[in-house]
Amino acid sequence: MSSNKKYWKSVEELKPNSSIVETHSHKEFVEEIPTDEFLGDKASLEASTTSRRDFLKYVGFSTAAASLAACEGPVMKSIPYVVQPERIVPGVANYYATTMADGFDFSSVLVKTREGRPIKIEHNTMGTTGANARVHASVLSLYDNKRLQRPLANGEVVSWEQFDREIKEKLNAVDGQIVLLTQTFASPSTSKIINEFSQRYGNVRHVVYDTVSEDAALEAFQARYGKRALPSYDFSKAETIVSIGADFLGDWAGGGYDAAYAKGRIPQEGKMSRHIQFESRFTLSGANADKRIPLTLSQQKAALAALHGYVTGGSSSNNLPENISQALQSAAKQLRSSGSGAVVVSGIPDVDAQSLVLSINEALGSQVMDTANPRMLRQGNVAQVKQLVADMNAGQVGALLIAGVNPAYSLPFANEFVEGLKNVDLKVAFSMKKDETAMLSDYVAATPHYLESWGDVQFTANKFGLMQPTIRPLFDTSQFQDVLLRWSDNNTSYSDYLKQLWEGSMGSTPWTDALHDGVFEGTAPGGNSAVTETAAAGAAGEGAVGAGSFDDSSAVRNLSSAAAGEGLELELYTSVAMGSGNMANNPWLQELPDPITRASWDNYLMVSRIDAEEMGLENEHVSNGALNGSYVNLKVGDTVLERVPVFIQPGQARGVVSLALGYGKKEGVQREMQVGVNAYPLYKDFSSFQNVTIEKAGGMHEFACLQLHTTLMGREDIVKETTLEIFNTKDVHVWNHMPQVSLNHVETPVTSPDVDLWDGFDRSVGHHFKMSIDLNACTGCGACVIACHAENNVPVVGKEEVRKYRDMHWLRIDRYYSSEDTFHEDIEKKDNMSGLGDSLGQFKELEVASDNPQVVFQPMLCQHCNHAPCETVCPVAATMHGRQGQNQMVYNRCVGTRYCANNCPYKVRRFNWFLYAKNEEFDYHMNNDLGRMVLNPDVTVRSRGVMEKCSFCIQRTQKTILDAKREGRAIEDGEFQTACSAACDKGAIVFGDVNDENSRIAALSEDDRMYHALEYVGTKPNVMYQTKVRNTTEA
Amino acid sequence: MKKVKYRHSAARLVLLSVSFIFSINAHVIAQDSPLSENEADVQETVQGPEESNVEAEASGGDAAAGKELFNTLCAACHKLDGNSIGPALRGVGERRDSEWLHEWIKNSQALIASGDEQAVAIFNEYNQVAMPPFPQLSDTDIDNILAYTNAPKAVPQEKQVVGGDAAATGGGGSGVSTDVILGILALVLLMLLVILFLVNKTLRRFAAASGVELPVREKRAGKPIWKSFVENQFLVILTSVILVLVGSYFAYGYLMQVGVDQGYQPIQPIHFSHRIHAGDNQIECKFCHSSSRVSKTSGIPSLNVCMNCHKSISEVAESTATEEYSKEFYDGEIAKLYDAVGWDVQNQAYTGETEPVKWVRIHNLPDFAYFNHSQHVEVGGIACQTCHGPVQEMEIMYQNAPLTMGWCINCHRETNVRTAGNEYYEKVHEELTKKYGVEELTVAEMGGIECMKCHY
Repeated sequence: MSSNKKYWKSVEELKPNSSIVETHSHKEFVEEIPTDEFLGDKASLEASTTSRRDFLKYVGFSTAAASLAACEGPVMKSIPYVVQPERIVPGVANYYATTMADGFDFSSVLVKTREGRPIKIEHNTMGTTGANARVHASVLSLYDNKRLQRPLANGEVVSWEQFDREIKEKLNAVDGQIVLLTQTFASPSTSKIINEFSQRYGNVRHVVYDTVSEDAALEAFQARYGKRALPSYDFSKAETIVSIGADFLGDWAGGGYDAAYAKGRIPQEGKMSRHIQFESRFTLSGANADKRIPLTLSQQKAALAALHGYVTGGSSSNNLPENISQALQSAAKQLRSSGSGAVVVSGIPDVDAQSLVLSINEALGSQVMDTANPRMLRQGNVAQVKQLVADMNAGQVGALLIAGVNPAYSLPFANEFVEGLKNVDLKVAFSMKKDETAMLSDYVAATPHYLESWGDVQFTANKFGLMQPTIRPLFDTSQFQDVLLRWSDNNTSYSDYLKQLWEGSMGSTPWTDALHDGVFEGTAPGGNSAVTETAAAGAAGEGAVGAGSFDDSSAVRNLSSAAAGEGLELELYTSVAMGSGNMANNPWLQELPDPITRASWDNYLMVSRIDAEEMGLENEHVSNGALNGSYVNLKVGDTVLERVPVFIQPGQARGVVSLALGYGKKEGVQREMQVGVNAYPLYKDFSSFQNVTIEKAGGMHEFACLQLHTTLMGREDIVKETTLEIFNTKDVHVWNHMPQVSLNHVETPVTSPDVDLWDGFDRSVGHHFKMSIDLNACTGCGACVIACHAENNVPVVGKEEVRKYRDMHWLRIDRYYSSEDTFHEDIEKKDNMSGLGDSLGQFKELEVASDNPQVVFQPMLCQHCNHAPCETVCPVAATMHGRQGQNQMVYNRCVGTRYCANNCPYKVRRFNWFLYAKNEEFDYHMNNDLGRMVLNPDVTVRSRGVMEKCSFCIQRTQKTILDAKREGRAIEDGEFQTACSAACDKGAIVFGDVNDENSRIAALSEDDRMYHALEYVGTKPNVMYQTKVRNTTEA
Repeated sequence: MKKVKYRHSAARLVLLSVSFIFSINAHVIAQDSPLSENEADVQETVQGPEESNVEAEASGGDAAAGKELFNTLCAACHKLDGNSIGPALRGVGERRDSEWLHEWIKNSQALIASGDEQAVAIFNEYNQVAMPPFPQLSDTDIDNILAYTNAPKAVPQEKQVVGGDAAATGGGGSGVSTDVILGILALVLLMLLVILFLVNKTLRRFAAASGVELPVREKRAGKPIWKSFVENQFLVILTSVILVLVGSYFAYGYLMQVGVDQGYQPIQPIHFSHRIHAGDNQIECKFCHSSSRVSKTSGIPSLNVCMNCHKSISEVAESTATEEYSKEFYDGEIAKLYDAVGWDVQNQAYTGETEPVKWVRIHNLPDFAYFNHSQHVEVGGIACQTCHGPVQEMEIMYQNAPLTMGWCINCHRETNVRTAGNEYYEKVHEELTKKYGVEELTVAEMGGIECMKCHY
């Protein structure tokens, strides 16, 4: 049933008498208008001789004088090209296909350029991995004010000639090894260049270092299949997905699996995949799972061993709690019945565990996992990195060239690294920033952004991507490959080198076609694959044939015996916004709220409610709804991390705390963005699982958390969900009920014109735009939010303002928690209890609704109501309805009364409290010339005092219409796109003209799952949602 | 600060207010300042000098026929005076042997191939650019051309501004005559007044002399008129209401033209004459402003576009010069272009040193207004002159339209959408014409005055 559940956004709402929730549900704005602050000191005000009338006179006079004086406009210059490039027409966007590869995120993208400036990233539909929020935000990092603009030698600016000359001299005279410490390039051409460099100098070692390691999975795969790679997965083929601690909708194994996953999640012909997630912290994957079982990190290992037993042998002995054990058994049953459509994935940082996962999938005969065409996106080798630091300290390294990584910040043993660096004669860092490592280097080679670079990326064994520059380098930079070529006395430029290398190796694809598409299939030329292959250690070199031939018993034994250590367990993870921390100086990402916690501008220790209570940790909402949390000191081994803020997270497994990596960077990062704590020192042995002891520290941390903002305000039916069983068997009105009102004592649907206050307009002529958002396909990844920022010049307001709920996001992804399906599952839970200790704990859990909530993500944007409440209250008609269905907002007419925001039931209107562009107080990208280059010239930069909101990307629909008019043709379905619909690689957001009968959107508007948010308000929105269906079918 | 030519001055305001009081005309504020000051300059009636000077030479050959041939066949690469792609041709008949010339013109490549010294030398001198053969020219034709090139250079004559003069005298004549008539009338009136006064004075004197008692007007002991006016409340209220209304009308009119730069005519870094390009030479607007077909901006042409023609046009014809701007002036402006684009006229080669031209932008829309040229020019088929005015007559470009929102909306209300033959409009046109019961749809009926069509 859809409406029996209680939805809540914050734990605070579950408290019966929360005064804060009570006040918030009645309040128009989160904050009172700060008149006291504005008026300043009351005493001096009263002492003043200027009366109110005098003041008004002065104001009136000076305003009039100022406006009269300002009558003359400024003289504007217009400077055309001297020689206009052939492909550039001012005012017309060009698109180029390229590939992002920063060592953590790898993605095929399309880049929109205007007058030669990249202004937006779109995902390349031909590519193998989708584009996440960070990929979309990467265009802003091109215009990063903190970028290194010239090469440095001992802190002084030098020319490249001098730079090359000095280093070549030193390389020739080097005493000891030359070591290249690089990110994963996954680039065949770079491998070849490094080989040539090695031949030129001899005694060269190449060490690949992944900031966030996938070493265990790589080792396991290499042992079995002989290639240092990761298996590929195609989740669209999956019927049953069991994940043990793998956030495969996040950054697990290089990420990018969410698009295929979402395909299998949309119920078609009564079928959808079933997803069971065993995990410790609340991940995106857990939020999207049909069933989520929280368990500790050590239990994850035991659970995997048990699952192996259940899948391969049908039984397993384990001492896991009964509920977990049963869930495992039922999961195994389901896996077996799904056969080749079954897949098990795991994120346990342990070679045995990863090896077992491969065994299980082989035993299942899974078609989802592909080992023949594995992923090449992680190459880091932990053992080699450790060896390198040891060698450095032993004085065996003569020259260290560091490219694309920042070990002085991100190595768990950064101190040893820094010490070892002192023994190295020649230290060269290739970096875009003057970061921690660059500060310690003698020479810093300024490298270009990927949008200014050439390159190739080997996604999988046979799928490649090409990188091409989309703008001339902004600064005097030279990319790693070019520099290495010069140092190897090779005078070819890297672009020519790349072309020569690939011509002939692309199969039938010509170079220009491959460059145009950005992706191609082929084989790595001349054995220069991005990875080095080694002979398979086991007998199972031929892939899936060798199922079971690997001896898993020792692995099972090791895992089952894994015991929880002292104290709590700590899980280190990468957040959706920050990833490994490469783009810490990107304000879009800093302000992107985490999909689960809804907190921005921070990392924090996620703690379960029970643990928090035991340790006396608190989260509290202050009167304006903002969240404060206690501080703790973390101790892992002998490393202490002080003053880490605590975030009490519903659904967090008891006994486990989690902390995001990638924050707390100080060098090369603007002061405003030096937020959070650096968790890398705790990343001991490159393992995301650690044991930790916690002690409470004093003080309270202020979060910029949107958790309690825009509460449901007592409104139901904003999200609808049902189960697959009900969806398949029951009538639509049972699970997707249309609200009724009484008209002359007859129940009438609210959509009926008879019960409407307003007359409807004829909307059948011309275009009528609608948007459909599928709650089943939305994973909450946030790519649409960033795409919207880039397209619509949405300003960044900073942590303090976000805390006051003044974020300017036109599109937000609301996260609703709901407790497990009412009483039914609670009774089941009670029946499953065993033993006194267990039951005591679980009874307590039963009483608290928030310990393992279910999650629904709902992208919320202006609903473009046909009967919009905002339009009727605007005193100056600054917002009105367009014929194409948009609710239009006219900035130049708005006087800022904010009545519309008050009257909006969806709370999607955003008010410009300040001028955010060219304002020192908001020193983000809009405050410097470089950062402003990312602005979309077709969209107004709003000024202070006006309301703004989603425009349905009218600049894009108008462009599509104009193109069609100019070419004298009708518009095809799929041509109309908004920034969010184009960015959604899951296909959750569909946009189109509903008056085109054959369009997808027309079909979706007739779909059984379709509903409007708050239908009973009678606003007749043009945004539709598709009811969420959960596959709760137990095998 | 912008210097706007036709901004209302205070005097103008007074004038307008006077005219308003007399004719309550709502359109007084409409900004239709006449451009008469420039019109006389624009009228170009200068005759070319060649016709008068070129006489059929004794050497045989019809210079007039030769001129025609020269302009069609030779002028693309040769000028009479000054080198272009090929050498200057004035007096070439005297410099070279006539027979050699005939051979060269008919097939220069053959002559070079034969190893003729002169031919090879000239071929090498002009960057080995082959001159196309002209086998179609008869000997007479070639003689005619040579006759034309041999004509001595015309001495710049005094310009025969006959037409202009005539217009001036004509216009002046009518102006003078009305003035004279008015003057005479005024004089007559004045004289009548004087006569009346004198007559009156004389009569009085007669009366005094003849002892006639003239009735003396009694001084009424009433209130002065202003006092009675002040006491009459109705009148006071009426006057103040009128004053307030009139005042606000003018205040409104004044404020409404704030930020409206109609007539804005800045001095540009290069004196580019649209009159010469679009008017005299009839170059289509979109030939240079090509991005107006596809883009929102019409695009100020990049300098390489200028050089497509100006590579071979390094000076203007005598006939292009006007009273105000001499040929030297125009040639100097072309030289500015060469400096900017880095073109070495002597060597006919680019130097690579460029200096972008910083034009002063005339038509400025505020950031919150979106305007797309291709929508209007390409889809709507609107002539550029509809908004930009008679550009082909503008010696110096100015802003013709007020570019106010009211002006936009008005046009959108009155203009029909060009739907014919455009498949995009087929369905919507059919449905909307039925709905509104009209034959043709205006832009407004199509939704073209919705706020967010231009403001986003």
